[in-house]
Amino acid sequence: MARFIVRRFLQAVPALLGVSVISFFLVHLVPGGPAAAMLGPRATPARIAVINREFGLNKPLWDQYGNWMWQLLHGNLGVSYFYNETVWHLIQVNMPRTLAIVGLGVLIAHLSSILLGSAQAYFRDTKFDYVMTALTYFFYSMPVFWPGILFIIIFSIDLGWFPSGGLSNALVNNPGFGSWVAHTTLPVLTIVLTTVAGWGRYMRTTMTDTLVQDYVRTARSKGLSEFVVVVKHALRNSVLPLITLLGFSLPNLFSGALLIEVVFNYPGMGLLFWNAAMQRDYPIILGVVVITGVLTILGNLLADILYSLVDPRIQYN
Amino acid sequence: MSAKPEFREALASPPAIKAPRGSSREWRAFWHNPLARLGVGGLAFMVLFAFAGPLFWHQDANQPNLLQTLAAPTLHHPLGTDSLGRDYLKRMMLGGQLSLLVGFAAALVTTVIGVLYGLVSGLVGGAVDAVMMRFIDIMYAIPYLFLLLFLDSVFRPNAAVLIFVIAALSWFGVARLVRSEVLSLKHRDFVEAARAMGSSTWRIMIRHLLPNVMGVVVVNATFQVADAILVVAYLSFLGLGLPPPTPNWGEMLSTSMQYMFQNAWWLIYPPGIAILVVELSVNFIGDALRQAFDPRLNRTRT
Repeated sequence: MARFIVRRFLQAVPALLGVSVISFFLVHLVPGGPAAAMLGPRATPARIAVINREFGLNKPLWDQYGNWMWQLLHGNLGVSYFYNETVWHLIQVNMPRTLAIVGLGVLIAHLSSILLGSAQAYFRDTKFDYVMTALTYFFYSMPVFWPGILFIIIFSIDLGWFPSGGLSNALVNNPGFGSWVAHTTLPVLTIVLTTVAGWGRYMRTTMTDTLVQDYVRTARSKGLSEFVVVVKHALRNSVLPLITLLGFSLPNLFSGALLIEVVFNYPGMGLLFWNAAMQRDYPIILGVVVITGVLTILGNLLADILYSLVDPRIQYN
Repeated sequence: MSAKPEFREALASPPAIKAPRGSSREWRAFWHNPLARLGVGGLAFMVLFAFAGPLFWHQDANQPNLLQTLAAPTLHHPLGTDSLGRDYLKRMMLGGQLSLLVGFAAALVTTVIGVLYGLVSGLVGGAVDAVMMRFIDIMYAIPYLFLLLFLDSVFRPNAAVLIFVIAALSWFGVARLVRSEVLSLKHRDFVEAARAMGSSTWRIMIRHLLPNVMGVVVVNATFQVADAILVVAYLSFLGLGLPPPTPNWGEMLSTSMQYMFQNAWWLIYPPGIAILVVELSVNFIGDALRQAFDPRLNRTRT
């Protein structure tokens, strides 16, 4: 077991290196550097050269990469061009907020899709199943930001229950727990709704597959109660693939969080990245991409290990 | 969320080996599915609306009328006017043209790249395969929308470039899918037989493997259309996307958000519903195709 974990960790190292190389070169090779963005359309080549020299952008790319990587290994992601703060600090401030809504959203979405999917599979081809299938299709087909906007219209503008956004303003006056709850409810709800739509459909498929398996029939014929058959025998086995699915979904969850943070003006990694992309703040762009890449790889690693822990059929060698 | 390849990959179980092409049983099964008819009907309706509509509706989509800005629907402007007083119905039609074109073209390019990559990786195998797959792992780890947002913010591409940028960032799932299909096919007798007869690798790929992976590829391509249309909507929502003045639904939806507080519902709902109808139709078609091409799934659906 320990060897399996160590080996998976070692396999993650080249992937992490790859993420850093690809994101670094992608960001630096596209035309239109930060200098042009800062100085505007009437920038002279001379002034661009000055800025490039100041940020070290005039050196060969491999040197820049080596330097950046060396700093990265020391936990240093550089300084933002615009905020006069270290990128690491900005990420430290914003990352927990994103992880809060994504984590909470994923937790609730997981539980609800397990419930919904297995209920649909158990009562498949009934009215309940059809209505739920229609609803999940509906939310699955929506642009992620659209339910968010509907929530703002309904819960913020019409009912006035929740603020429509602006956690950053509230943060200035050191908000209490209530303010946090008010500002995170709608973003979390949006994540839950859009995620359950996909996962619930997936859960329905695996559960439908499981319910016709021989071991379920065996369990029934042993005279076990229906609850034990469904929950202990079928459900436990069909939940397993959801763990892998969660690992797979991480990049999309971050992408979705970006949109949701923009809708609700929620200051997290997504909003940080969006602002940085608009200003060509390269250190932030790179920092966010690399850190989300690392989180994704680690998340997949965790999902793998978790899967092997809960599924005794997996061999560790 | 946005692009959801992981569900598709996980859901799309390997189809049983069929007689290479010529079999119309799957297509009959597809057409017997009410989901398929609903999807095809919905999509056909939106395509007609976007491409044939302008033949019958002659208002100018780009002619501002500052005396009639943000006007609620009337007979003259059945969907009202936008903030510059332009006819919204006509803009919906033209917007549909661009959205559908980008969606289908991006799906096509994505599929071609993914299929080729997957075929080569699966058939060649060995170290080449390992390297090609690690590259995909790496690209998968970087959130797709982040890269797209960055590239779009730097390039401000036109539709043609955007199609290629979207395709360049979304073929990984198709490639993985095709590769795993090829791995399960490449030691079958008919491939061995073709090899024994001296067929080149290229010929085996095109004549023998490609027809057999077509089922999963077509299913996946339908979902790619849905994803590409959403992605354009996301980029527009983030203030990027395609340059004016030609509208697209995504851009119209996100622009209309600014008038949410003026209660300009006629600006918000039409593009939202249009996107939803196309997304639903394409997802219906994709699911119906999957059910038709995947007998294993049908058996468990009794």
